[in-house]
Amino acid sequence: MIKTILSQIKDFKFPTIMTPVSMLGEVICEMIIPVLMGRIVDLGINGGDMGFIIRTGLIMLVVAIIGLIFGVLGGFYGARASAGLAKNLRKAMFDNIQSFSFANIDKFSSSSLVTRLTTDVSNIQNAFMMILRMGMRAPASMVVAMVMSFVISPQLASIYLVAVILLAIFLGFTMKAAGKYFEAVFEKYDLLNESVQENVNAIRVVKAYVREDTEIGKFKKAAYNIYLMFVQAELKVATVLPVMMTAVYTCILLISWFGAHLIISETLTTGNLMSLLTYCMNILMSLMMLSLVFVMITMSEASARRIAEVINEESSLTNPAEPKMEVADGSISFEHVDFAYSKTAKEPVLKDIDLSIKSGETIGIIGGTGSAKSSLVNLISRLYDVTKGSLKVGGVDVREYDMEALRNQVSVVLQKNVLFSGTILDNLRWGDKNATEEECKRACEIACADEFIEKMPQKYNTYIEQGGANVSGGQKQRLCIARALLKKPKILIFDDSTSAVDTTTDAKIRTALATEIPDTTKIIIAQRVSSVEQCDRIIVMEDGKVAGFDTPENLYKNNSIYREVYDSQNGSDEADFDEKN
Amino acid sequence: MAEEKVVKIQPRRGAKGPRPKLDHPWKLFFRVMGYVFRDYKLQMILVIACIFTSVFANVQGTMFTKTLIDSYITPMIGQANPDYSPLLHAMARVAIFYGIGIGAALLQAVLMTYTTQGTLRNLREELFEHMEKLPIKYFDTNAHGDIMSVYTNDIDTLRQMISQSITQVLNSIITVVSIIAMMLVLSIPLTLLSIAMVGVMFFASAKASKVSGKNFVAQQSNLGKLNGFIEETMSGQKVVKVFCHEDESVERFDEMNEALYQAAYKANAYASILGPINAQLGNTSYVLCALVGGLLALNSFAGFTVGALASFLTFNKSFSMPINQIATQFNSILMALAGADRIFKLLDEEVESDEGYVKLVNMEEQDGKMVETPKHTEHWAWKHVHSDGRVEYREMKGEVVFEDVDFGYNEEKVVLHEINMFAHPGQKIALVGSTGAGKTTITNLINRFYDIQKGKIRYDGINIEKISKDDLRHSLGMVLQDTHLFTGTVRENILYGKLDATEDEVIAAAKLANADGFIRRLPDGYDTMLTGDGANLSQGQRQLLAIARAAIADPPVLILDEATSSIDTRTEKIVQEGMDKLMHGRTTFVIAHRLSTIRNSDCIMVMEQGRIIERGNHDELLEKKGRYYQLYTGKKAELGA
Repeated sequence: MIKTILSQIKDFKFPTIMTPVSMLGEVICEMIIPVLMGRIVDLGINGGDMGFIIRTGLIMLVVAIIGLIFGVLGGFYGARASAGLAKNLRKAMFDNIQSFSFANIDKFSSSSLVTRLTTDVSNIQNAFMMILRMGMRAPASMVVAMVMSFVISPQLASIYLVAVILLAIFLGFTMKAAGKYFEAVFEKYDLLNESVQENVNAIRVVKAYVREDTEIGKFKKAAYNIYLMFVQAELKVATVLPVMMTAVYTCILLISWFGAHLIISETLTTGNLMSLLTYCMNILMSLMMLSLVFVMITMSEASARRIAEVINEESSLTNPAEPKMEVADGSISFEHVDFAYSKTAKEPVLKDIDLSIKSGETIGIIGGTGSAKSSLVNLISRLYDVTKGSLKVGGVDVREYDMEALRNQVSVVLQKNVLFSGTILDNLRWGDKNATEEECKRACEIACADEFIEKMPQKYNTYIEQGGANVSGGQKQRLCIARALLKKPKILIFDDSTSAVDTTTDAKIRTALATEIPDTTKIIIAQRVSSVEQCDRIIVMEDGKVAGFDTPENLYKNNSIYREVYDSQNGSDEADFDEKN
Repeated sequence: MAEEKVVKIQPRRGAKGPRPKLDHPWKLFFRVMGYVFRDYKLQMILVIACIFTSVFANVQGTMFTKTLIDSYITPMIGQANPDYSPLLHAMARVAIFYGIGIGAALLQAVLMTYTTQGTLRNLREELFEHMEKLPIKYFDTNAHGDIMSVYTNDIDTLRQMISQSITQVLNSIITVVSIIAMMLVLSIPLTLLSIAMVGVMFFASAKASKVSGKNFVAQQSNLGKLNGFIEETMSGQKVVKVFCHEDESVERFDEMNEALYQAAYKANAYASILGPINAQLGNTSYVLCALVGGLLALNSFAGFTVGALASFLTFNKSFSMPINQIATQFNSILMALAGADRIFKLLDEEVESDEGYVKLVNMEEQDGKMVETPKHTEHWAWKHVHSDGRVEYREMKGEVVFEDVDFGYNEEKVVLHEINMFAHPGQKIALVGSTGAGKTTITNLINRFYDIQKGKIRYDGINIEKISKDDLRHSLGMVLQDTHLFTGTVRENILYGKLDATEDEVIAAAKLANADGFIRRLPDGYDTMLTGDGANLSQGQRQLLAIARAAIADPPVLILDEATSSIDTRTEKIVQEGMDKLMHGRTTFVIAHRLSTIRNSDCIMVMEQGRIIERGNHDELLEKKGRYYQLYTGKKAELGA
């Protein structure tokens, strides 16, 4: 997992290395300064040597400037390395997601992918910068200060060593204990947020049932739980500062006491003592920093894992070694096809599907919710792979085609369809990048989308907002159909794509399709019988099996399910009141 | 789902965003402090006392360095038998101060933990309680993500401000002031020099934060753009695949990713050089003081000693840290105040008003007369207390009348015009028409989710504005197209309609909605946990549960807004039975696009652009050959037919 993340540093290796190097430089300068300060006090001030003060002062200024340069470089390199890593992580994830199959997309929900690409990457970026800068700075500053202290006086420096070890043990235990509590806090946090979200989304239900007080009661309970957990966690952390202070103060007292003895026995100078006291702060503060770095690492671990999961996810569909690039015609044949969404599923979603569709036929599919209609058509453009059996398009198994070549010839208008922000033309050109405006208009005419587009103030240049928020459901569906038409595929699949279009328009679209693209194989999934009753043949699906596949007339005679649905929808006339435009 | 939903999406600032512009930062600050002090007055006073104590102890410690060398060590140098007892005494005294300091720090940390978390808990509860009382309009006009982020981001930045920033700034200010005082005692000219250098530091900080602030703005806007693109692409990923649009997506992504990288790099770079600059300026200040102080001490200027210089330099060194802290905390306080601003905006939103005084009460028969009772009975009545003290009971029957109702979600745009409707008790009224015609809006008026601008709505002859909102809503059942379930068991979700219902009632309601069958097949039956809005159920199953929830509430008036739209026609036939049972004897308003749901209605209202353009029963409307006929047959009716 860590390896996956680090392997994305790529072209940012130089700043990644230079950050700790610069920090080291800054630390060394920072450590030299107390020595110089001590010398100023000892030799300059106590010795009454003004020239020495000036000389050492100048050296100190130079060291300060060098330290500044290192510090600034460290800042720049650190920012560059972490922003660069973030960029590469986003890119690696995004690229890999683009190669995901539908099965991969189902596995990660889209909202979780968004979180991984945004929040998780930010977490890693911050942690990486912190680790690069503090991770080097803190131990370096501690080691250098420790070495300097030992150089000045090994006896006194050993006091620091003991303090550091004791404090490290304490910090380790505290952080670990607090970490556990904080984890629990965040879990409770999620619950609380869920409760708020639920209420915001379902406020109509809450108010309709006058359940405000019940909900407030539930919320208060959750808020109290968070309070309890948070107090527990913070109380653990609250001991850190006083313990640190105790360590610092004890060190100061001990150093002062023993230092005084050494000065009087003339083995130590007053300047030395002052330097030692400065190092005291350096050493213990660095230790604190170091423990923070560890906290940072543990906190970003979850994010790193989530990112690595996406980067390492392998697409469940791959192109064959020698892909076929041409699809001969629009014929489809299912040969004893079984399909399950996951390998571990007890029962397949589709069972022993065996049917063949001739090129240019118009096929309707009906069946209740959950009868696996969508699953059936999703196999045709190889959005999923069959679990058993074989599915052939144009006489060739779909797994032998280049996926892009196949999908360019098999166009699906998905049930849950989306438009993207951009003009209507932009959206239409998803079907064909090079389509002229004329071609786009033609497609819209077939899809009966031209009437409402022409009424819009900017016509084909009308800007569609994210998710198609500014067009109605029916308009959206018609635009999606036009977009699919522009691909000029050999097989066109409509997965309940006119459910929000009124019956008159629905009929018009079907007539236009029949006359405009007669040679294209058309598969229409619908809830309404009227949408499919003019098809050449109709597939009746039930519980993942084909319960009937015949002409509408024969089905009405022989298939009870079809007859039942047909009758429930009140005969030949359509019975739904759908929106008009 | 109001048809006229106005969604306002405001760009949110990230944790590291640019310095926000606030109108009244001090007012906000004092309001936050008001909350802290309101419930934790004693604790806060103690905390301030603790801060003073620990700063005092710390300063004593620093002073000790001066006396250590000057008064104890220097005099002993060269003595054959130095007397360590004065040093020991001094150390003991300092140790006591240190001890007090540590104690104060510990007490402060513990008190602040309780104060911060307690204040946040109260604030959260207050927010939620207030939110529950806000009118539906608030939820329809504010992006849900924005409301959520008040509870998450804004509360969290506020937590940091209360628990860390405030105490740290207070600590730093007290430290700086006391250090300045100490420094002044030691040497006035050196103090002035040090303060001048602090001025330089502030100047440098201001410059650097200005540059980084500008870049943070750029980073935020690039981040926003990229996040928007990511969100859009991820939600449409399947479409991307179907159209083989991967390469184009990657291309656009790369562009935005690069722009974000550039901005993020610069913003963070400028932000992180602030520390080194201040640190080295601090060192420069030290050198300058050493030089000037050296000159002063060597010339024994105004009794300035070497020891005094040494401790002055210690002060000088401990001076820059709190200053640096004030500079960094300042920004995070402003960020937190921006969050506080949003929190208070929510708290200041006006709650749903309710001037209704007519109450819904249970009645029972006593000696052949109906009288009010606290018991649950089958009989309900509206209790009307007149201004002269006269009490009037009116039987609740479920008659709903609209008289010339006009309504608009805002003043400028009227969406419903002159609606007149009469629903007799037990009648089924259907509303049909295209999206945006105003069907859902009408149902939002009956339960007073929104208030009408003109006209009257009467319930059993009483103007609904006179009925207490809670009681009005108790008498209405709603099943909506977007079914919302709550985290909890299936049973709890059904009980939502009637909290004190018995197990038998729950099962009866589930059976009525034809939900009993599938519930029993769930892994834990009625005890199956539902999470994430019932994500583990199909849309159809969720609708059945919503119907059961309405059934158990047993209201005299029902509103069904596309309640069966997500159920396929065969399943709907099964549900329909349950629905018919549910509707029996109740006044029902039905919005549906399926004929099977509306054909047997007593009256069908055809709506178009906020007006009722046709009304009558199925046969009458077909006869008319108008809009209904056209919708029904899919044929354009001839004009004047």
